[in-house]
Amino acid sequence: MTRAAGRAVRIPAGRQAAQRQATEAAALVAPFVIAYLVLFVYPTLKLVQLSFTASPLIGTGKWVGTANYVRLAGDGLFRASVYHTAYFVALTVVPTTLLALGIALMVSRLRGWRQSLVLACFFLPYILPVTVVTLIWQWLVDLQFGVAQPLLRLVSGGSGVAVFKSPAWAMPMVALVTIWWTNGFNVLLFTAGLRNIPADYYEAAALDGAGRLAQFRHITWPLIWPVTALVLTIQLILQLKIFDQVYLLTQGGPFNSTYVVVQYIYRQAFVLNHGGYAAAVALFLFALIAALSVLQYQVLRTRESR
Amino acid sequence: MRPWHRPSDLLLSLLALGSAALWVFPLYWAIVTTLKPEDEVVAPGFHLLPLHPTVGAYGYVLAHTTIARWYLNSLVTAAAVTVLVVAMSATCGYAISQLRFPLRRLLFGLILASFMVPLQALIVTHFILMNDFGLINSWGGIVLPQLIVPVVVIVYKQFFDAIPREFREAALVDGAGEFRLFMQIFLPMNWGVTTALAIITFIGAWNAFLWPFLVASTDRAMTVTVGIVQVHDAFGVQYARNIAGAVMAAMPVALAYLIFQRRVTEAVALSAGIKG
Repeated sequence: MTRAAGRAVRIPAGRQAAQRQATEAAALVAPFVIAYLVLFVYPTLKLVQLSFTASPLIGTGKWVGTANYVRLAGDGLFRASVYHTAYFVALTVVPTTLLALGIALMVSRLRGWRQSLVLACFFLPYILPVTVVTLIWQWLVDLQFGVAQPLLRLVSGGSGVAVFKSPAWAMPMVALVTIWWTNGFNVLLFTAGLRNIPADYYEAAALDGAGRLAQFRHITWPLIWPVTALVLTIQLILQLKIFDQVYLLTQGGPFNSTYVVVQYIYRQAFVLNHGGYAAAVALFLFALIAALSVLQYQVLRTRESR
Repeated sequence: MRPWHRPSDLLLSLLALGSAALWVFPLYWAIVTTLKPEDEVVAPGFHLLPLHPTVGAYGYVLAHTTIARWYLNSLVTAAAVTVLVVAMSATCGYAISQLRFPLRRLLFGLILASFMVPLQALIVTHFILMNDFGLINSWGGIVLPQLIVPVVVIVYKQFFDAIPREFREAALVDGAGEFRLFMQIFLPMNWGVTTALAIITFIGAWNAFLWPFLVASTDRAMTVTVGIVQVHDAFGVQYARNIAGAVMAAMPVALAYLIFQRRVTEAVALSAGIKG
């Protein structure tokens, strides 16, 4: 440790100084570390322990070994919730990434107040609470008085659509609302990324007679790819954790057609009072996200090494 | 730079402004709805502006729900989360960046690793823990599980890393301790980052749904973000009132964004790992 301390600060050196520094460091990191241990490490370990018991939400239950996991493997509603979550991911991740890239390309060619205004319009929904977003959309697509109903009738070919009560419409609509809500974040990342591409690349390409399309293919797309990969992984991880919008818009219905994984955790723990089983479901999500986060970390590292 | 006065550029501007207008239309429509009397809201026909503007819906929500109480709960808990997260993360980030102490690398590794954990997976054990603490339906219960925001520590570490060594060495020669160094040099040199992180932490805490929804379910304990859904349940189909509640819940964060636009976008980009 003294060697490391010597590298960091040359004055004052010596063992005594290193010791003083360690004490000061302990005081500075203590609040975070204590919070981290109590609110993060302990709940995580407790979750693992809980998943091997038949506990209710509050109170103790007997040790059941891997019974919860065995049950999970054969649980139809759980499997359905995994399937619906995957469907939601498919409906949101790639579409929102492409849409955001398109919007960012448009925004980046604007200048001055036009750029700030347009960017602000696309970003504004992102900072709103989810309940506000869902209340607004419920009103927009309201079967009787919704201002979007004429548009929906156009798609459905005639009659009005109760979008959140139709198994075919519900999940795509939840996805649409989610994209409207969160797309601004992706637009922001892409706009920042596009700004980092030097303008002289385009000027040189234009001198060589490259058209807009060729410029996009040979300059923009390869240079923005690291940001694209980042957005894709962030979105993938984020959308796997879908709960709020589904719960608020459809409660998982109709006929469980929008039931998702986090909702299943919620239901087992807080509705059915099956703490142990809920913990097993939660650990499944935990493992999935942890694995994908490793992927995200790799993507970030490739980005930084460039 | 590219020439500006070309027909294609004008077209692009129109397209951009048009699609931006379409994108914010739901927000515009929501606000207009709240300014209409209830019978006008459900009347046939499409009117971009209210025929008989009124703020009656807001008055009704204020008078007939506990929204004032929910507002107070949101304000107190979001402010507490913000202050605690920023303070804990700044000091921790400072120590990791500037000091050498045992287990430093392990601590930083653990913080990085905790990115991987979905907080949604911890709702079960967080609830059990808050129940053990006797904090269900209390401000403390809403605040505590929201304090784990590892990304703030990492952003601080990066910014403190970038401060030249000379500042630190000069201050140490003058006999300043670590705490003074932190308070009088490192923190003031990074007020911009602190403001930016504080604003988005506040917005995040104000907007939090799942955890406050679980831990604070009584009318007096809930936050406004959760509460406005109860307005919906209580009023049934009273559109202007439903949306008026939503507009009131969104107002603080919308204003915070519009006033501190640059800071907000900067902080969002920073916490995603992109330096603006």
